[in-house]
Amino acid sequence: MSGYAADVAALARKDLLLELRSRDTLPAMLLFVVSALTVFRFALPAGSSARAETGLLWIAIVFTALLGLGRAFAAEREEGALDGLVLAPCDRSAIWLGKTIGVTAFLVLAELVALPAFALFFHPLSWELVVAVALADVGIAAIGTLLAALAAASRARELLLPLMFLPLVVPVVIGGVGASVAVNPASFLGFLGLYDAVFVILCWASFEYVVTE
Amino acid sequence: MIRAQSLSKRFGDKRVLDGLDLAVPRGGFVLVTGPNGSGKTTLLRLCAGLAAPTDGELEVDTPRGAIGFLGHEPLLYRELTALENLDLYGRLYRLPERRERSGAMLERFGLWRARNERAGTFSRGMMQRLALCRTFLHEPDLLLLDEPFDGLDAEGAELLHAELVERTATALVATHDPEALARRATARIALA
Amino acid sequence: MSTWSRNRNAALAIAATGLLVGGLALAFFWAPEDANQGFSQKIFYIHVPIALTAYACFAAGAWKALRLLWTRERRYDLESYTAIHMGVIFGLLTLVTGSIWAKVSWGQWWTWGERQLVLFLILFLFYSSYFMLRYSTDPGPRRERNSAVYALFGVVLIPVSFLAVRIAGTILHPTIFTHNGANLPGTMLVSFCVSLAGMLTLAATLYHVELAGKRIDASLRELRELLA
Repeated sequence: MSGYAADVAALARKDLLLELRSRDTLPAMLLFVVSALTVFRFALPAGSSARAETGLLWIAIVFTALLGLGRAFAAEREEGALDGLVLAPCDRSAIWLGKTIGVTAFLVLAELVALPAFALFFHPLSWELVVAVALADVGIAAIGTLLAALAAASRARELLLPLMFLPLVVPVVIGGVGASVAVNPASFLGFLGLYDAVFVILCWASFEYVVTE
Repeated sequence: MIRAQSLSKRFGDKRVLDGLDLAVPRGGFVLVTGPNGSGKTTLLRLCAGLAAPTDGELEVDTPRGAIGFLGHEPLLYRELTALENLDLYGRLYRLPERRERSGAMLERFGLWRARNERAGTFSRGMMQRLALCRTFLHEPDLLLLDEPFDGLDAEGAELLHAELVERTATALVATHDPEALARRATARIALA
Repeated sequence: MSTWSRNRNAALAIAATGLLVGGLALAFFWAPEDANQGFSQKIFYIHVPIALTAYACFAAGAWKALRLLWTRERRYDLESYTAIHMGVIFGLLTLVTGSIWAKVSWGQWWTWGERQLVLFLILFLFYSSYFMLRYSTDPGPRRERNSAVYALFGVVLIPVSFLAVRIAGTILHPTIFTHNGANLPGTMLVSFCVSLAGMLTLAATLYHVELAGKRIDASLRELRELLA
């Protein structure tokens, strides 16, 4: 394994290990997404369209991600561990990539519960929806991790993160809902892929500036 | 090794360092003293590259990976064990034989028996010892130590003292008790 | 403020006034009335230049942000901030004039079918959070860099959202309202260009005045601290 990949693997492994040990974030995300779907069931009038139901699934996913992202740098804030990572000789973008992999893993795990729950409560899943969710996870985790780092350096972190995050994921929701309900999902899936590519590159290139002065 | 010229750092409207000149030659061991709030911590963070100066010039000719930084905080993960913490840093610093090194370091600072305990359960003094293990783990060429004796008991202080006397690395040490290192020091600067 | 920059600001202000008055005069008295929309189409000469000016401000803000990250020169922070500040003001004006146009054309203050309006809503929310980010981060290099990175995200978000709103518009909302922008008759195009030039000059004037104000503010704070 090359040096960079080894750094990323070590950092992502550390995040998974931390979660395995403290069980802070993932159970909360799981519980939240199922609760949210339950609330949505009653927020929709009887006989609502499958389109409306799908839209609510996307809202549930975005807010569940937000819940997890709020804690993305929690372990680093304690005892100044982020400084330790910044001081290490590895490329700083590896810190972002490792963290993004961890966040994506949590999000995927939460969705492994959320999607079947959605199928059970609302209507069966289409393959387009599953692909769209998988594509959206990458973009959400990439941007969310970078914004979480921005928010962590501010005083109002819990408040600031959703404010910065939601306008940036409007395109994800548009693409995701479009892929789930439109007659030609391919263009929406393509759009989600493009979104991922653009923002992954941008986040990867700019993370260094967020954690250094 | 370190050369600073009219170095200044402000936080918002607060001027913490103001026009500091400093030179730490290779192999030098410089003590930084001064009252609380005089900028000792800030000076060390600037030298480590964790903060950027507001004005002035600062030159540190040691690569990032060869700096050993002991901060105000231990820079560790509470949910990882002592060994896992050192192992993570060992990986990021790409150290050969990191298990042996980590073990030897823990032994040297009297933490071997607690190696599999989570850092979050450590007392203040044990946490400081673990932070020292992390600082020395990669055999740094430049040591930046912020109140290294903080929280250590008599035994811990003695271990650290022996460690510092033995090491030949260049060092910049902020301390409120300069007498403890008076014999090792090559120079002192007092911040006001 | 130096004499030179005071003179420049005065010249810019005069040019902006002249161009805007001229542009509007041309739009109202020279350009023909639109065949479909009639008199209400005249707001096109205000709304679209304002929207384009907002884009220009956001782009300028991102360019300054990039310069900051490249050169570490602190003056770019204030310049980027000021440009985005102006962008948000023009963005808000775009939303207002767009709403008025929607009301006159379609009888509704807000329509999700109007892409430009939806896009500006997203951008307005995004850049409003830029201020939140600035206000809740302590001044210093960290804030300068974080604001710059966020500003860069903005210019990437513009085309991405544009594309998103476009594909959403074509499939989720089949009715698309379009403004006849591409094939304008010559007189309309000239009036439009004069208005656009006027709006851009106005933005430049406001930018320089606001930047000077923010710089004075910063020097005042420094002075006060020196005296303290």
